[in-house]
Amino acid sequence: MSVVELAPAPSSFVPAPDERLVSLSRVRGMGAFLLALAVVMAFAFGLGSPPHAKATFLLSAPPAVGVSALVMPVRWVSVSLAVVCAGLGVALLVRTRQRGSYLVFGLGVVVFIWALLAWAARGNSLNFVAMLAETLVSATPLVYGALSGVMCERSGVVNIAIEGQFLAGAFLGAMLGSATGVLWVGVVAGGVAGALFGALLAFLALRYGADQIIVGVVIVAFCTGLTNFLTQQVLTPYQASLNSPSTFSPVGIPLLDKIPILGPVLFFQNVFVYGAAVLLVVVHVALFQTRWGLRTRAVGEHPRAAETVGIHVLSVRYRNVILGGVIAGIGGASFTIGSIGEFSANMTAGLGYVALAAMIFGRWRPFGALGAALLFGFSISMQSFLAVLNVGIPSPFLSMAPYVITIAVVSGLVGRVRAPGADGVPYSRE
Amino acid sequence: MTTATAPPEEPLSGEANRAAQEPRPWWLGALRWMVEANVAVVTFCAIVFGLFVGAILIVVTTPATLTAWGHIASAPGHSLSVIFSTLGNAFGALFTGSIFSPSAVGHAISTGNGWNTAFTPISETMVSATPLIFAGTGVAIGFSTGVFNIGGQGQLIAGALAATYVGFGVHLPIVPHLILVVLAGAAGGAVAGFIPGILKARTGAHEVIVTIMLNYVFLNLLDYLLVTPPLQQPGQSNAISRTVPASARLPHLFGGGLRVNAGFLIALGVAAAASWFMKRSTLGFEFKVIGSNPSAGRTAGMDARLASVLVLTISGALVGLAGMSTLSGTDFFLSSGYGGNNGFNAITVALLGRNKPIGVVFGSLLFAALSTGGRYLQATTNIPLDLTQVIQAVIVFLVATPALVREIFRLREAGAGKILLFTKGWGS
Repeated sequence: MSVVELAPAPSSFVPAPDERLVSLSRVRGMGAFLLALAVVMAFAFGLGSPPHAKATFLLSAPPAVGVSALVMPVRWVSVSLAVVCAGLGVALLVRTRQRGSYLVFGLGVVVFIWALLAWAARGNSLNFVAMLAETLVSATPLVYGALSGVMCERSGVVNIAIEGQFLAGAFLGAMLGSATGVLWVGVVAGGVAGALFGALLAFLALRYGADQIIVGVVIVAFCTGLTNFLTQQVLTPYQASLNSPSTFSPVGIPLLDKIPILGPVLFFQNVFVYGAAVLLVVVHVALFQTRWGLRTRAVGEHPRAAETVGIHVLSVRYRNVILGGVIAGIGGASFTIGSIGEFSANMTAGLGYVALAAMIFGRWRPFGALGAALLFGFSISMQSFLAVLNVGIPSPFLSMAPYVITIAVVSGLVGRVRAPGADGVPYSRE
Repeated sequence: MTTATAPPEEPLSGEANRAAQEPRPWWLGALRWMVEANVAVVTFCAIVFGLFVGAILIVVTTPATLTAWGHIASAPGHSLSVIFSTLGNAFGALFTGSIFSPSAVGHAISTGNGWNTAFTPISETMVSATPLIFAGTGVAIGFSTGVFNIGGQGQLIAGALAATYVGFGVHLPIVPHLILVVLAGAAGGAVAGFIPGILKARTGAHEVIVTIMLNYVFLNLLDYLLVTPPLQQPGQSNAISRTVPASARLPHLFGGGLRVNAGFLIALGVAAAASWFMKRSTLGFEFKVIGSNPSAGRTAGMDARLASVLVLTISGALVGLAGMSTLSGTDFFLSSGYGGNNGFNAITVALLGRNKPIGVVFGSLLFAALSTGGRYLQATTNIPLDLTQVIQAVIVFLVATPALVREIFRLREAGAGKILLFTKGWGS
């Protein structure tokens, strides 16, 4: 038995012979897209705004040392940013290598967002630091969800039930957090609720070989129905005692939270945000540096080979799926006791699926998922700030943005991804 | 045991042997069939178990039974009677709300009047089943081709939107107008299904993610259009669309007193056509081959990418018809969040029907009965309608895992059809 046996099952991934060509055409596509953005920036944002309008970006938020605001003439800034964006687009168009293209493209998008925000805040002010802090808050449940997905799928089980585990965690977290008055009980309850549905998924999928996607979708339907039912039947009549939890307030990390701009964004958050950061590192290290991680990946890529070297495939999967459920459930609790307190029906609004997309975009790696989660978190945060600024974009289009961006990212940027070799394939010893 | 009694001079094999050597009365066979884990028995057991879970939920959450539990030690008889009467009322309401109410039927028979009241529950069940049949058939076609369409909600809204625009925007006599409305519904859904299809084929974006995201896109698009002319009802500040005229409404089947309409017949026709398509047509065969074994399909010269575009488009068109059927059959105008759970219930209905159109019809009727009964239940006993969604989910859990049903109900092993679904990894 050599190490070669652990190589990914070839059936699931056959690299196309023209892979490089496809990538290059994608690079060209990204270049053309940046050029289009530059046109929008120059004409809609630059020439479309009043000649002398100024936009103010506030850069200070409570715990940090104050920084003077950034005041920009909108027209001038937009046009020069458009030139930069066009330059980046041309750079992509004439490239002959794929390497680094995503970085250039990312820069172009950042430049575009800068111009968009300047245009939106014309004659007005926007608290940029608060927006970034809100980005982290919005990204937090997505990080938990994506990490849950990583835990499950790295061991070969598709967990499409994250949305349901979110709902269950949010519900039980709010209810027990409210009933006991101790928020940490709510966190634990969220984890337990998620674990229960993780265990149900594992039980039906691993023991009885039921289709994982079916079970996942039905768990979501079940959790939606059950939480809606219990909300009307139990929470509403006893709203004051069962559905009025307090929430974790932001805690500053001494000294660090005084740093201008970075302080309020990174070091003045609630426990869920810090927890997500710790969990990210833990899962990353565990997955790539420990024996557990090696076993998990082996089971997810080639269970038969793992079994022959003495790894018990099903128990690894059981453990990972249940642990993944705990993580998703805690992420769910952040919807209630981490932000607004009370539970309301369908409050997760499909973010469990967005977390799944973040996991895929992050290529089944914790830090990749973090990047994707921050991107989605930013789009969520930005749309709520734009809605307040009243920029003339109808609010349904703003609410649509995170979902459209998810589609664009999944189809335009990710392309064909390689899932763990045995992802979603039931395993039996035979 | 059959081989032991077989006479050695006549070596028969398998079925023939068994048939020849074991002549057993028909009722024994029927009994044996009833304790086997075959499709019908597994489905029946799943339904029983689902209702059982529903009963437990009622017992542990309804205020009346909760108080009764408190007195179970001091007055067990009274407590139990409260619990059982609550359950009896609840399941009675589920039945009378969805099938018929014995008292209403008795009244109709004795007086000769009130037949509409007697038939209202069953008519309402058929009305609720109509969109489920359309959408469930659409999802089922996707499933049996390896395409997972969770975008029912979005496609349904797209179909309903297109049907509404054609409904109030075009002025024609009823027959051509209705044909146009039906086609518009299918076209709207088809467009919404084409988007994930083409994205999957061209860029490899997984349809599960794209279809779910499109649900939210269409929900928001609807919200926008509802407050924007020409869709918004003139003179209204509410988010409500114009009402479609009489020429764009599906005719009632049994007079104006019952809401069941031609949509139900169209749905049955579409299910039959889909059944023929998947079983008999060349394209349907290709779809199934690609779904079960993409490389075999490729070897045989089939284009898997084109197939996924076509399947999602067809699937979307059928789901779009679901939106058309409720708009043009019973609602006549759109409002925010149109379609409710129909898009998602289509998935559970398709699974319950094991991805066969005929199964989808029965599954739809069952779930429609549950939700119609559930509405009556909510109106009469204050038990929330969402109870029925829980029951439905439990039923599908069990239908998806026949082995579990066999263990719970101690059934004999048999060829219980596993749900045929060809899911693939995220990448392909």
